[in-house]
Amino acid sequence: MDQGSQETAVGRRVFLGLAAFAATGFVFGSQIQGWLERNVGPLLVKDPTGLLALLPIGRFRIYSVTASLPSRSRADYRLHVRGLVDRDVVLTYDEITAMPKTRLVRDFQCVTGWRVPQVPWAGVRLADVLDRAGVKPEARAVRFVSFDGAYTESLTLSQARRKDVLVAYELEDAPLTDEHGGPVRMYVAPMYGYKSCKWLDTIELTETVEPGYWEHRGYDVDGWVGHSNHRDDERTG
Amino acid sequence: MSAPAELERFDRVERYAHWTTASLFGICMLTGAALYAGPVSTLVGQRELVRMLHVSAGLALPVPLLVGVVGRWGRKLRGDLRRLGRFDDEDRRWLHKRSRPAAQLGKFNPGQKLNAAFLGSAIVVMIASGIVLKWFSLFALDTRTGATFVHDWVALGIWLSVGGHILIALRDPVALGAMLRGRVPSRWARMERPRWFEAETGEPAGRRRDPAVAPTPPS
Repeated sequence: MDQGSQETAVGRRVFLGLAAFAATGFVFGSQIQGWLERNVGPLLVKDPTGLLALLPIGRFRIYSVTASLPSRSRADYRLHVRGLVDRDVVLTYDEITAMPKTRLVRDFQCVTGWRVPQVPWAGVRLADVLDRAGVKPEARAVRFVSFDGAYTESLTLSQARRKDVLVAYELEDAPLTDEHGGPVRMYVAPMYGYKSCKWLDTIELTETVEPGYWEHRGYDVDGWVGHSNHRDDERTG
Repeated sequence: MSAPAELERFDRVERYAHWTTASLFGICMLTGAALYAGPVSTLVGQRELVRMLHVSAGLALPVPLLVGVVGRWGRKLRGDLRRLGRFDDEDRRWLHKRSRPAAQLGKFNPGQKLNAAFLGSAIVVMIASGIVLKWFSLFALDTRTGATFVHDWVALGIWLSVGGHILIALRDPVALGAMLRGRVPSRWARMERPRWFEAETGEPAGRRRDPAVAPTPPS
């Protein structure tokens, strides 16, 4: 039966179609994603159900390197500054927020490719925090330790003194939540996200830059957006 | 000659291939969600472990099918893959609502064929893009962002395809039972897959084929 039936190789067509999509995506995905984030991203924010936020457009992806999400209340929070300083300093959350506040609006770029456009951050300049403790002349670098118990990061002292490097306590004009690294985290505007240590516990002045958690796993120590990790993203600072 | 009460629909090799592939897909989808979606990442944490699971399950995805398809024991799976890859006139008739009741389907319906074709192709695309994401330092700048783009959107397609597959299977316990036990009642095959029934039993399924003559769906 069915001698006259026309057969279509649908399986092959589906495969070729998906392969063509993938090939296009490999080559132009960067531009397509950028276009989507500029044109579709703003619309998704207005979706009352929040379901569209699951689409891979203009969204943060939450990375943590330990078993549970670190959590510390604002009342219990303490920021330690130590190492090559004139005096060890311990700051409470209220003491940090009482310092001069800086607000920055920048794209947030992850080294894995995603980018969240125009994110407002607020906090105090790291330089101001360092000055509170007094940096000894032999100090050349700053090391950050997370209270997650595993994550570390570093900057050179001159990078740390930039005006767009913050000890941040607000994201999108609201207090930082646990998942975004609250109550207090680093925000290094001109560098990829991994340079901005979440759940900040300790700032230590050191003689040399010590590679951080991901840098032991292959990422560049100088994580400038657009000039490191074999990437050429548009700069963020 | 009268048809047996039950027909073998999937042999043991096919069922093992299906369920191991399904399990690996499940692991990839759940660990993928944990790596991707904020609230799920928050619940799960353990990013290094989750990522290791995701990569291992992903690389293993094609293994059950490749093992199942070779040699003498893969004869039935090879035949079914051939069937799944082709649309004929009856499939096209099924795709139109008006003529669907009269369509004389073979072993698979067009939805099953498209689902198999998409998920099979997706294995290749996800492994290719996943390799770029995992061993990123070997690849050019934009390729990595492009691979993320492909991996994300095809993952969304996989969730829809697998989700639909599971929902439809749950609504048809006989079809689901075929993948669990391997067998279906001949009655079901005669009604739902008449041309497969005819090929298996050598008996006519006894359904009229012309939609103009038989416009109402069978009860």
